[in-house]
Amino acid sequence: MKQKTPSCLTGYVLEDQEPLSLADLCRACMVHAEQVIELVDEGVIEPIGRDNPAHWRFHGANLRRMRVALNLQRDLGVNVAGVALALDLLDEMEELRNRLQAHHW
Amino acid sequence: MEYKDYYKLMGVERDAGQDEIKRAYRKLARKYHPDVSKEPDAEQRFKELGEAYEVLKDPEKRTAYDQLGSGWQSGQDFRPPPDWEDGFDFRGGGFTGGDASDFSDFFESLFGRGFQRGGGARGGFNRRGEDSFVRIMIDLEDAYNGATRGVTLRSSEADAQGRPQPQERSLNIRIPKGVKQGQHIRLAKQGNPGIGEAPPGDLYLEVEFRPHPFYRVEGKDLFLDLPIAPWEAALGATVKAPTPSGVVDLKIPQGSGAGRKMRLKGRGIPAKEPGDIYVVLDLVLPPADTEQAKALYQRMHDELNFNPRARLGV
Repeated sequence: MKQKTPSCLTGYVLEDQEPLSLADLCRACMVHAEQVIELVDEGVIEPIGRDNPAHWRFHGANLRRMRVALNLQRDLGVNVAGVALALDLLDEMEELRNRLQAHHW
Repeated sequence: MEYKDYYKLMGVERDAGQDEIKRAYRKLARKYHPDVSKEPDAEQRFKELGEAYEVLKDPEKRTAYDQLGSGWQSGQDFRPPPDWEDGFDFRGGGFTGGDASDFSDFFESLFGRGFQRGGGARGGFNRRGEDSFVRIMIDLEDAYNGATRGVTLRSSEADAQGRPQPQERSLNIRIPKGVKQGQHIRLAKQGNPGIGEAPPGDLYLEVEFRPHPFYRVEGKDLFLDLPIAPWEAALGATVKAPTPSGVVDLKIPQGSGAGRKMRLKGRGIPAKEPGDIYVVLDLVLPPADTEQAKALYQRMHDELNFNPRARLGV
């Protein structure tokens, strides 16, 4: 295996930057706009500005939801409605686990 | 290299039907999917499962795999037999599964690598590299103070013949102060290499906090259960409370009960509008393990007319 030399890099926090456009999301997730629109229609991700997809902006937090949605669709063959349900349940579980952790010690 | 027992990985018998194999795969894939599962080795298990299914779902590959015989044990040292591949043609095609770049050496020695996506730089066309996503674990304190963390990235790059080769790359990355759970640090042009003249993709690091022994994080706010003695809650007191940015004095009002929530404004994760810390009072009883302590409890029992179950009507 080839090793490249380490360097120190500074990035920026995506979620603190300008909201993402439809094109940004498509590029980051390597999907067609149709797939993003499908997820918006199902309420999996939510744009700011509801009218014309060309003017949609997405808060960075949508990127994570979008990626999990695409992974579940690809790996488990879940349809869009199933993905929406799974994501809501995952969020709820995360919150419950978080609360449980607080009472562990 | 190590022999892999694909039947054992999928938990099916060697004579399982194709339907049974498919059902076993579906069930285990849901259980170990890295976005769903909280098992510590979920990602590894999911990859092994994908590899096992890639072989067992395809009758031709399965037949070939079965010809190795059933005498092998998982993890046993393995070399493919010399006449291997006679009568089979695996190269180039027939692969329908997910990301084959994670398959084992064992898989590669049997079925080759000629199928990988991505291709070479032949043909002279240009395409921007793919963005890549990696999870990075940091401590809560890193979000308060900023930090530098090393990450190791695994990818495959095409060699001169256009064959993908596994590659490891180490990067040191500055963790910006104020980053929160689930956010992404974006590093321009550090993703997968482009094809031809095109630039590489971007690298996204998804931030995850290691669980902290006493803080619980919600967005930019922290929750802390603070143990309090009964007399501190009853009489009021000024007590010390830890925060990631240092110990603070906290005034407990007289007559506080267990579960009372107090806010330390602006002591949460730093930002232009920083988060808060919510301190939740947790009443802790002193143990009655000495004569003196027992006598004190006895005196409270004798002198306080207190029924903790009054609300229950008993």
